[in-house]
Amino acid sequence: MPADLNLEAASPELTLAIGAMALLMLGVFMKRERGELILWLSVLLLAFAGVLVAQGSGTVTLFNGSFIVDAYARMMKLLVLAGAGIALVMSVEYWRDRGGLKFEFPILVLFATTGMLMMISANDLIALYVGLELQSLALYVVAAFRRDSARSAEAGLKYFVLGALASGMLLYGASLIYGFTGTTEFVKIAAAVQPSGVSLGLIFGLVFLMAGFAFKISAVPFHMWTPDVYEGAPTPVTAFFAAAPKLAAMALTVRVLIAAFPAVTIEWQQIVVFLSIASMGLGAFAAIGQTNIKRLMAYSSIGHMGFALVGLAAGTPEGVQGVIVYLAIYLVMTLGTFACILAMRRNGRMVEDIDQLSGLSSTNPFMALMLALLLFSLAGIPPLAGFFAKFYVFLAAIHAGLYALAVIGVLLSVVGAYYYLRIVKIMYFDAPAERFEPMYPSLAAVLAVSGLFILLYFVNPAPLVAFAGVAAKSLF
Amino acid sequence: MSYSWPILSTVTFLPLLGALLILLLRGNDESAFRNARYIALWTTLLTFALSLIIWRDFDPTTAQFQFVELRPWLGPISFHMGVDGISMPFVLLTTFLMPLCILASWTAIETRVKEYMIAFLVLETLMIGVFTSLDLVLFYLFFEGGLIPMFLIIGIWGGARRVYASFKFFLYTLAGSLLMLLAIMAIYWQAGTTDIPTLLTYDFPAHMQTWLWFAFLASFAVKLPMWPVHTWLPDAHVEAPTAGSVILAGILLKMGGYGFLRFSIPMFPLASAEFAPLIFALSVVAIIYTSLVALAQEDMKKLIAYSSVAHMGFVTIGVFTLTMQGLQGGIFQMLSHGIVSAALFLCVGVIYDRMHTREIAAFGGLVARMPLYAFCFMVFTLANVGLPGTSGFVGEFLALTGAFRVNTWVAFLATTGIILSAAYALWLYRRVIFGVLEKPGLRLIKDLTWREAVVMTPLVLLTILFGFYPAPLLDASSASVEALIRNYEASLAAAEQARFALLP
Repeated sequence: MPADLNLEAASPELTLAIGAMALLMLGVFMKRERGELILWLSVLLLAFAGVLVAQGSGTVTLFNGSFIVDAYARMMKLLVLAGAGIALVMSVEYWRDRGGLKFEFPILVLFATTGMLMMISANDLIALYVGLELQSLALYVVAAFRRDSARSAEAGLKYFVLGALASGMLLYGASLIYGFTGTTEFVKIAAAVQPSGVSLGLIFGLVFLMAGFAFKISAVPFHMWTPDVYEGAPTPVTAFFAAAPKLAAMALTVRVLIAAFPAVTIEWQQIVVFLSIASMGLGAFAAIGQTNIKRLMAYSSIGHMGFALVGLAAGTPEGVQGVIVYLAIYLVMTLGTFACILAMRRNGRMVEDIDQLSGLSSTNPFMALMLALLLFSLAGIPPLAGFFAKFYVFLAAIHAGLYALAVIGVLLSVVGAYYYLRIVKIMYFDAPAERFEPMYPSLAAVLAVSGLFILLYFVNPAPLVAFAGVAAKSLF
Repeated sequence: MSYSWPILSTVTFLPLLGALLILLLRGNDESAFRNARYIALWTTLLTFALSLIIWRDFDPTTAQFQFVELRPWLGPISFHMGVDGISMPFVLLTTFLMPLCILASWTAIETRVKEYMIAFLVLETLMIGVFTSLDLVLFYLFFEGGLIPMFLIIGIWGGARRVYASFKFFLYTLAGSLLMLLAIMAIYWQAGTTDIPTLLTYDFPAHMQTWLWFAFLASFAVKLPMWPVHTWLPDAHVEAPTAGSVILAGILLKMGGYGFLRFSIPMFPLASAEFAPLIFALSVVAIIYTSLVALAQEDMKKLIAYSSVAHMGFVTIGVFTLTMQGLQGGIFQMLSHGIVSAALFLCVGVIYDRMHTREIAAFGGLVARMPLYAFCFMVFTLANVGLPGTSGFVGEFLALTGAFRVNTWVAFLATTGIILSAAYALWLYRRVIFGVLEKPGLRLIKDLTWREAVVMTPLVLLTILFGFYPAPLLDASSASVEALIRNYEASLAAAEQARFALLP
């Protein structure tokens, strides 16, 4: 064992990977199908990994510099672990209700999460690709996890085909970058790339790389898969998709651009600005006509990635800080909203039409109030947390002089507000429809916690911002 | 004046406590509703009483911010509160109107009473916060947060086209405010702070002032509202429940005017001076055009809504004359309009509750059955016209005096608005109150109930009191307005000097 191999820093990933394999064995050798037990053990494992992540400090690199653990990685990993864990908890009753839980589901989620942690810590193009593929392959399978449902199978297949294409582009870009810089390590790439002599080949590589990332964070014009996959995948899987992989992919994008290409900010800034405006615009306009709430959330997530990219476009520590704050608050809002979507059950069946929420304020005032808070927050209305998320990304954009981007962004957020308001209108202004079945305690707990977090965030907003600031600084 | 306890925060957040109490009420029956009403009433009354302490201990001889509270909140953005002569009267106006709103909704609101009262109490906190916050981001939080409860109030308890009206209200205001938010961010990077007292003395570069000024205009012009972005107002007013219209006309519109006074003029004096003619033009158009539109209305609330736009035109003219009379007139006009238009909407509410229509044509001859009502309505109509002896006169007169010193044409055209306002207001009064009572539905209509009389009495008294004795309001704001003008002229002079210094 070489002297510099300090595995302690990689312990969360190792824990997850070894734990997932152990659970896989457990699942296989158990006499009866015990999916739920495995699921709870997986949640414990995720929580344990979270504790391990939180215990780290300082900046450590491993495996000849291809793996880095810094404050930024720790922050994003905690968010991803929280997202994955809560998404798993929320899925328990869905599976219990409808059957079809195989022990492979939590294990695939664990593998995907391991991949995400590796993506976040990747400090080298190869490590990046390995993490990304570990994540993606697991995700393709979970998207199609309801084997008896044609829609779910379609979602998985679509995700796989388009995802493979995106991976191909990413690899192509990575190989071009390697060819023109002679290295795969971010640090060395950053040293090799000089603003004066940027070769066309490198720019090509960068563009392809970004196309691959844009697919993973579902930024326009690589967003096409999102609505179909969100709609087709089983709802708890959609909740997981909306929460964890988005965050990991965004974290990865930020790290690659900031750590490997600081010298050519001006080049990738244009791409990010375009992706951002296109995503905000499409997310806002296309969501207006949706009738299925999962599709609507897909467009909403496209729009939100656009807003997060506003912070990245700034390319400054404040911008990255804004992105982190944005993602953290977005995670809470998404999980809360999906808790509501999972609670939309009537006569033992899930309903997904937005119209079915009609008059929810009289049939289930608690759920209506919390969902309304989340929606207003998604629209970015103060004093709710969503406002602070937007505040920090736009603050960074203004400082970087991206005035046009900021003005377009806020105007598109008005358009976006329209469709969130439409749901509030359906819940509060329209005549009540039939009652939903009572909420499961786990969903109600997630909803209450996220709703209260969103509502009361303004009381003490400083800690999250400060943590994000420290995390962002570690990148520069 | 300082206390051992933070009085401004208490006044601001006390309504939230009431909202929380109502939220904890169990049950959905008549007794829960009654409890909700009483909790809301007592909370608003207590808030009003506390705000009277602020008035009592307010020192009108200084332009400094008083009752200041400063706490760390969000890094460089702090939780900073305080009032001066410009904001203190608006705090009082808000706390004064709220109990009346609760009383006016006592029997008019029968469904979802708890939610209604919660929405109003939350709205009160947000409105007071707008006037008490001394940090731009904090101000924005309150300013924009008010959209949520108002959206719900219009949308849930509103009239037939409530959905359209609530969306229009929300999206219009949001679009304007977000541009202001970007300007706030630009200010933050330029000046390194969002602390209002610091920014009031900060000199922004001239080219930046123009942009910032327009961004703030986008927000305040929608809120006030100024022509041509006023179209959300008639819709919102017509569809909102009575108390919602009262708050909308009485306080929410004033936030726009307050914004001009607090931010646009002191922070961007050069841009204000440069673009004052634009404001005059828009205001004159607003006064004449919306007065003419008001003449043609069939719906009482719509008529009063258009008249509000016209009256706000006097406010903007007065404020942007940047003379002592004009500014004082603008502030007084806002306060007076806050009382008078609120009262007019309450008057419409009284007969709407009885007949469930706001069509002017559905009424006539009400004086025969409702003498008390006819008297109250008359006082407010005349105040709306600006008859001497009512509060409406003082504000308009001062604003026009200021305008006359700056530009006689503006004064002349704006004054025609007063004639037009007499035309539509008196005509409305004639059609509703006078004439023969011949509509069969009106034969048994009842005069004001004691609760309605309780609501009307303070409004009538204040309208007449401030008409004869406006000094309390004018004195309260005079020191702050003087300081405002002094700073404004100093920065204009400095800019002028800098310009000459550049000449060879």
